[in-house]
Amino acid sequence: MATQHTKGLSRLMIAPSVVLLLIWMVVPLSMTLWFSVQNYNLLNPGNVSFAGLLNYRFFYTDPAFFQSIWNTLFIVIGVLLITIVGGTAIALLVDQDIWGQGLVRIMIISPFFVMPPVAALVWKNMIMHPSYGVLADLARFLGLQPIDWFAQYPLTAVVLIVAWQWLPFATLILLTALQSLDGEQKEAAEMDGAGAGSRFIHLTLPHLSRAITVVILIQTIFLLGVYAEILVTTNGGPGYATTNLTFLIYRTALLGYDVGGASAGGIIAVVFANIVAIFLMRAVGKNLDR
Amino acid sequence: MARAISPRRKAIATLLSWAIALLLFFPILYTIITSVKTEVEAISGFNLIPSFTFENYIEVETQRDYWKPFTNSVLLSIGSTFVALIISVPAAWAMAFSPTKRTKDVLMWMLSTKMMPSVAVLVPIYLMFRDLRLLDTHFGLIAILMLINLPIVVWMLYTYFREIPGEILEAARMDGATLWNEIIHVLMPVALPGITSTMLLNIILAWNEAFWTIRLTTANAAPLTAFIASFSSPQGLFWAKLSAASTLAIAPILIMGWFSQKQLVRGLTFGAVK
Repeated sequence: MATQHTKGLSRLMIAPSVVLLLIWMVVPLSMTLWFSVQNYNLLNPGNVSFAGLLNYRFFYTDPAFFQSIWNTLFIVIGVLLITIVGGTAIALLVDQDIWGQGLVRIMIISPFFVMPPVAALVWKNMIMHPSYGVLADLARFLGLQPIDWFAQYPLTAVVLIVAWQWLPFATLILLTALQSLDGEQKEAAEMDGAGAGSRFIHLTLPHLSRAITVVILIQTIFLLGVYAEILVTTNGGPGYATTNLTFLIYRTALLGYDVGGASAGGIIAVVFANIVAIFLMRAVGKNLDR
Repeated sequence: MARAISPRRKAIATLLSWAIALLLFFPILYTIITSVKTEVEAISGFNLIPSFTFENYIEVETQRDYWKPFTNSVLLSIGSTFVALIISVPAAWAMAFSPTKRTKDVLMWMLSTKMMPSVAVLVPIYLMFRDLRLLDTHFGLIAILMLINLPIVVWMLYTYFREIPGEILEAARMDGATLWNEIIHVLMPVALPGITSTMLLNIILAWNEAFWTIRLTTANAAPLTAFIASFSSPQGLFWAKLSAASTLAIAPILIMGWFSQKQLVRGLTFGAVK
């Protein structure tokens, strides 16, 4: 069907996207790679010299480095756990015949559309504030000591804020998958005397596996780069308690003006993201083959 | 879909669902309520019945020059989405209707560009922007926002276009339709819903994008993400005003999101979940 003519035309139609994305990937990344082996500080831009792998050594011997890797993983895994377990539970609940289903769905999906700086500031000031926040009011009402979230459990606080933003996404995807589950199959299982628990494990969960895979893949891409939520709540602190890899590199680059060091960090982040990607693809990617 | 269940179970499920929904919606609801409180009310404990003052909105609008970041947000999100569509509609169309052996690979490669951490290219982009005088300009940010969303736009359009039966086009051609007629009467009606959903979702993504917008702007081209983030500086707590600004910043996208939630699933998962 595809003649030479249409082939040529379709190449022409695809070319701009491919070329632009190729430039977007190759140019800045090679610059990052180049800078990463240079002594290059914006405070002293005239004095650039070859540094070899020194930047990498400085970056990974920085006490903040392993902490930031750990924090990055903690955020990704923590948010994934909350959103997938919570999302499945909420989806199962909302999938039932309930009054006001439309309104319930609208409320549940809403946090997904809140821009990250707003979400972070609202949670920081109005929900988690140790003296004026709603949670503090609730604690005092129950006769408990209010929690100073960003001093006592800063990383957990960040995870909760980010999880609140992503829970709707997981719920919506899982709900959509649930609704495509064949009702007759469910009834048949029920007739055969399968209890709610075993129906969930043997019927519902396998059916959801594809949706769960998609949720993990998409969320991981975004969760590795969590930035605004940290910037406006803790600014990476206290100490390095909430500094993830993204935030550490940002700090090195635009607060330390250390182009070489930040670039070495950037390359490490690319390698790290790709390790996570390969791991993800192998662990869950099989689910996506049609 | 949902099966008939006993009234008792329905009542319990309804109650539980509403409790969870209200819990998740609470921070948004409370922001809206706080936006019509006075500053004193805002920090004087839990209170769901405010005095309904609109002075915060007036203050945000007049003193803080709210409309500039708002206009920037509109410009950047619509501009970047528009450019992305112009580039990607032909590409997605070609891939959907004359696929080759490499089409899938090209699509996968495009998506893999999303795995590149933004922060890894922050330094070179920042330096390039500085040298080209693109920092804090609409043009620069539209280009970045367009590029980071381009893979998603191509994928979404491809997913939608692939579901259009090719016979429609052939039938139109057989009936002797001119190319122009073919585009207007055959292509547009079938492709438009997919293009519209893609457009909506990308406006949402661009509107809420915070990393590049905060880092590459200061005043002139700063959209609402950067404007709101600037409230985080510790110089006094203006919660009621912050709430008013936040409400205005999220309202358009929230409403847009409510209307497009069904397409959101298909679009963001590339049809992998139905």
